Amino acid sequence: MSTFLGIPRRHAAQEESPLRGALPFPKAARRELANDQLRRNLAHATSVIRSKRALVVDEMPDWEALRDAGAATKTQVMSNLPALLEQFEANVTARGGVVHWATDAQEANRIVTELVRAQGVDEVIKVKSMATQEIGLNEYLEDNGIAAVETDLAELIVQLGHDTPSHILVPAIHRNRTEVRDIFLAEMEDAPADLTDEPRRLAMAAREHLRRKFLASKVAISGTNFGIAETGTIGVVESEGNGRMCVTLPETLITVMGIEKILPTFTDLEVFLQLLPRSSTGERMNPYTSLWTGVTPGDGPQNFHLILLDNGRTNALADQVGRAALHCIRCSACLNVCPVYERTGGHAYGSVYPGPIGAVLTPQLTGMHGHHDVNSTLPYASSLCGACYDVCPVKIPIPDLLVELRGRAVDADRGRTIPGGWDAAMKAAAWIMSDPTRFAAAEKGLAAGRLVAGRDKKIKHLPFPGSAWTHTKDMPAPPKQTFRQWWKETHHE
Amino acid sequence: MRIALIATCLGDALFPEVAKATTVLLERLGHQVVFPADQVCCGQMHVNTGYLTEAVPVVRQHVEVFEAADFDVAVAPSGSCVGSVRHQQAMVARRVGDTALADRATALAGRTYELSELLVDVLKVTDVGAYYPHRVTYHPTCHSLRMLRVGEKPLQLLRAVQGIDLVELPGADQCCGFGGTFSIKNADTSSAMLADKVANVVGTGAQVCTAGDASCLMNIGGGLSRGDTGVQTIHLAQILASTREQVAA
Repeated sequence: MSTFLGIPRRHAAQEESPLRGALPFPKAARRELANDQLRRNLAHATSVIRSKRALVVDEMPDWEALRDAGAATKTQVMSNLPALLEQFEANVTARGGVVHWATDAQEANRIVTELVRAQGVDEVIKVKSMATQEIGLNEYLEDNGIAAVETDLAELIVQLGHDTPSHILVPAIHRNRTEVRDIFLAEMEDAPADLTDEPRRLAMAAREHLRRKFLASKVAISGTNFGIAETGTIGVVESEGNGRMCVTLPETLITVMGIEKILPTFTDLEVFLQLLPRSSTGERMNPYTSLWTGVTPGDGPQNFHLILLDNGRTNALADQVGRAALHCIRCSACLNVCPVYERTGGHAYGSVYPGPIGAVLTPQLTGMHGHHDVNSTLPYASSLCGACYDVCPVKIPIPDLLVELRGRAVDADRGRTIPGGWDAAMKAAAWIMSDPTRFAAAEKGLAAGRLVAGRDKKIKHLPFPGSAWTHTKDMPAPPKQTFRQWWKETHHE
Repeated sequence: MRIALIATCLGDALFPEVAKATTVLLERLGHQVVFPADQVCCGQMHVNTGYLTEAVPVVRQHVEVFEAADFDVAVAPSGSCVGSVRHQQAMVARRVGDTALADRATALAGRTYELSELLVDVLKVTDVGAYYPHRVTYHPTCHSLRMLRVGEKPLQLLRAVQGIDLVELPGADQCCGFGGTFSIKNADTSSAMLADKVANVVGTGAQVCTAGDASCLMNIGGGLSRGDTGVQTIHLAQILASTREQVAA
């Protein structure tokens, strides 16, 4: 037990974190919506991935059965997580790996930094990883004098552009190729001076740049897609092979893994290696699947450290919404079909986990602390159109989870001294809508709307909050007669 | 068949012609329509805005009114409201521990149908004898599409309409941006979604955009009207209720 010396630990709600935005979603969305280039890039990229996914999913006769199998395995994992993690740890250790447990971002970052320092290097290479983004590892390492070089092409673009990722799978989805060329020319020291925006030339430039890094690096850091309890095996799936370079070439490999990534048995991969690539990149099979188990003398990294990361997951597991959200395999299919994500992009969500699943996962991992908390706006960042649920390979009922979280956001504010406008409006509406006499009276009041309508029976300006509607669209004038009035006139019983 | 009409709160107050058309259509097909007069709302607005507790008395009112009524099946000309009846009413009741109300809501939901479901699945009719000589495009609303899975049913009904020139809507399965209070809470994002929907509708060259939900049509219609596009919105029930005699008059 260490002596407490510092300032009291601030509540997570106020803490800066890659999981928490600075602005409420509607404001952040407005900022992003103003960027026409971003919207064009996103609309193009998501529609391409969407149609690719639809094509390779439609050709699967047993897709629904696979989804059911994936969901069942995840349910099983969440019910047995402690036992599976212990089994996993024992198997990783038995095969020569070293397992570390980190309760939060700070602890995970400290462990990684100490491990890198122990190797005496000040530069490491990295496989794209959501877990390390979630804990802000690159920034932490940088503060400690260690440069972390991203080797995934899109992640490299984001890193060189001093930008943040905006998509779980395609972090530079918000950039087009001309922007990428400009970033390379400005920030990549060995970029060819005559670089064009031809995708092939851009990829070749990155390849040359990265090859030098791969061959010189002693330490690599990876995330993981799957950890198999039965064997202690780690799995990473990717498209470019950069990950495989990282997990095979350096002397030391440090893997950060969220504790929910466990699969019970090796054969479970059979289901997930079908679900994941089709859902994420719209490919039948991802080009590279790397699996490693502990340390093999004379082959691959000779030091293997695995950091099992909690960072809010245990809390989430104890909650019905959180538990369902932990089923997520980070395929990002829900982002690609979400009409909200398509217009606003990932940055509007303020978290490394954007889109529909991010709107569920982020408040679960870092809490919702009343109406002043930006996280409370995330469950509302959806029109509840349901497209996310339809594509989820493990059948996470995202719209239902969002509704439940909205309920909690409202409940968290109950008992406020001064109720918000929505509270007052919804309470009044419930009072009216649970009684036909009150409703009929309210309908009479609506007739006033006919006065503000023009001769064309359209309302073009409403006072706040109706102005949010009439700012971009007309409202029809209320009719002269409600349906129930017409019914009374025409249907005497 | 004795069919109870759920006019929906929005339909009753703002779009009475939708509930009227539903009534006229079902009566024309030889059924008896009843309108339980004390009905108000299914509770969806409260549920989707997060006021789940406030939704309970609204749900209770709906359940009690329809339980007391004498009918074979209930119909709403709204995929969204039927989605709420089927997927949300029991959920909010259960959430406050009222399992009895949840069970009653589930039982009622079992005989509540969206209009195209009622016509095609229950009444087994696709040609309702309608006449509508216009170029029409159809927007499948999200809740009809994904909560109810009505699939091709509305299109089967539309294809059987005489005189109609039905044109396909690009990006049809994309949300129009309404989402109830989403259109107010996230007005900018909602408007961006609507702008794309409006552009797609206009691009079809249709004179009329139809759908199975007055709420989504209010949103799309608001955008079409503000843009002075000249394209009208009309509910599926109104097209199906339309006849040659009516057009001639």
